[in-house]
Amino acid sequence: MSIIYERTNGLTKTSTHYCPGCTHGLVHKLVGECLVELGVLGEAIGVAPVGCGVMAYNYFNCDMQQSAHGRAPAVATGIKRVLPDKVVFTYQGDGDLASIGTNEIIHAAHRGEKITTIFVNNAIYGMTGGQMAPTTLIGQRTTTSKSGRTVEHSGSPIRVSEMLATLDGARFIERVAVNNPVNVRRAKRAIKRAFETQLAGEGFAMVEVLSSCPTNWGMEPLDALKWLKENMIPYYPLGNLRNWGV
Amino acid sequence: MAKLLMKGNEAIAEAAIRGGCRYFFGYPITPQNELPEYMSVRLGEVGGVFLQAESEIGAINMVYGAAASGARAMTSSSSPGIALKQEGISYICAAQLPCVIVNISRGGPGLGGIQPAQSDYFQATRGGGNGDYRLIVYAPANLQEAVDITLEAFDISEKYRVPVFIAGDGMIGQMMEPVEIPEGFVSQSAEKDWTTTGTKGQRAPNIINTLYLDPLKLEEHNIKLDNVYKLIEANETRYEADSLEDCDVVCAAYGMTSRIARSSIKIAASSGVKVGMLRPVSLWPFPYGAFDKINPKAKGILCAEMSMGQMLDDVKIGSKGRWPIHFYGRSGGMVPTPDEIAEQLIKIAEGKSV
Amino acid sequence: MAAARGTVYFEEDYCKGCSLCTDVCTAKIITLDMERVTSKGYHPAIIIDESKCNACANCAVMCPDSAIRVERFDK
Repeated sequence: MSIIYERTNGLTKTSTHYCPGCTHGLVHKLVGECLVELGVLGEAIGVAPVGCGVMAYNYFNCDMQQSAHGRAPAVATGIKRVLPDKVVFTYQGDGDLASIGTNEIIHAAHRGEKITTIFVNNAIYGMTGGQMAPTTLIGQRTTTSKSGRTVEHSGSPIRVSEMLATLDGARFIERVAVNNPVNVRRAKRAIKRAFETQLAGEGFAMVEVLSSCPTNWGMEPLDALKWLKENMIPYYPLGNLRNWGV
Repeated sequence: MAKLLMKGNEAIAEAAIRGGCRYFFGYPITPQNELPEYMSVRLGEVGGVFLQAESEIGAINMVYGAAASGARAMTSSSSPGIALKQEGISYICAAQLPCVIVNISRGGPGLGGIQPAQSDYFQATRGGGNGDYRLIVYAPANLQEAVDITLEAFDISEKYRVPVFIAGDGMIGQMMEPVEIPEGFVSQSAEKDWTTTGTKGQRAPNIINTLYLDPLKLEEHNIKLDNVYKLIEANETRYEADSLEDCDVVCAAYGMTSRIARSSIKIAASSGVKVGMLRPVSLWPFPYGAFDKINPKAKGILCAEMSMGQMLDDVKIGSKGRWPIHFYGRSGGMVPTPDEIAEQLIKIAEGKSV
Repeated sequence: MAAARGTVYFEEDYCKGCSLCTDVCTAKIITLDMERVTSKGYHPAIIIDESKCNACANCAVMCPDSAIRVERFDK
């Protein structure tokens, strides 16, 4: 008998505060597994965002800092410049990274900061109760776009990966989804490559993970994954946008 | 040791490096630009890192990350830039991260101007950011004092895990004076077992955090911080006092205004008015206790500032209603002349309203 | 080559009854136990016919709460 899957040591034993079926926990798990498999968990320093991911500092089994809203890439920059041999990552949602923190993420990428960013895009503000995000889809109902987002009023959703991929300092950019086991396995490969980018000293690396928010989308967890597939993936195409050495 | 003729911004930068600063994160703004410019050259020579951030917000958050990783990190800016840093300063205080922040202040509010002012006193001492926090705020009155304070700023900050904030005005930053910067300053580095440097699998994770969702826990955290602030009040209050016990009038002024006031005091003396001087060096903790030394029969206290009256609040608190309090200020980058302040002091001594 | 055989363990302290595992099970042998609630108040995931488990691990891969351990029986 052999164990082929078990809870990774990359996570602490703490049960998360995430809602049932929220894929934040799934992304945490992939990050933890990658840190363990690369043998760098003891060298890792993570930066938690503000948003649903804020308490990530209790879940990753490595040194952690909690940052102000959107500022994680700047905090990570400070860490990495002091400890260039350590593995520094930020874990950010779409309110944190794509709204209030656009300046910080763009310039971390522009400087080619040797950090790894995990960007969880679930097209809504979770922690504050389901408000519209820059990534909210056209027609999507939120507590601040009750009749559905319109282009006229709020513009079109921001595609962060495409934007960052225009920067030379961004050496690895890939968009993945965690809506089925095949995509989850792909997401893990991308996250691992994003850490390898940092270990190779190449520059900035980001994986955008299309994720679900069953509670604020008002759906059962399985329906939320179906909605992700049918609505988010067509607007946010999956795939690699930048990959060093390839 | 030889004296060097240096510009204030550069003298502060060099003193910071000799005091152990190895990481500087900044953003251009007048009139502090020579400070980051100097750092951009010198930090590389001493094995440190200078980084020009994308904004003041970026810079202070880089200080957060660096300080939490155990480094001696610093940032500098000027008034509107310090306003942008307030969010990060609040987080740094909440997370108890030692660091040094310099404000070479200019006239405000808003974009204001680029001439020297002292209108950021509230910002520095009352907290421009959210929550129950304090900064250790020092206001040097000359470049040698700026150097001496900066040299030991990291030691003091690490001792209490509270940022040291150096409140210089545009004149301190831009003027040149001969200074001595000792070579062999030995830092008293506090032991840091709380930094995030990687667990190596040999200890539980260290977590730098400012979130306390349980109100009882947050209150406990605030009480813990407050106990540190009480200790700082007891240990780190600094001021300079002259002739308080037997004067007719007291002039309370800090920073560059106190230097101008010294000339005013001489002018008043030539008119037979004896003026005592109370110069806070630490704006927080404020030297309230020094007011007890003032002659009970003094005719009044003149608070002179390059603002519309900010330290004035603390002078009123310190005086506890024992003397009439008067104010003279110039604002917006205008600098009071010795004669202007002397005129006020003489009027107070003569019992005239000012 | 005979199909792989295995089994699945659910750590109920972590399970939130989200049912993501039930949908991806290739053997269709995972369901929520509607007769019980966990200490957190969720109907936990259970395996209803262990003999059909092929150790594909899809359930564990999808589990957002890292509540699932998968074992494969060696030949």
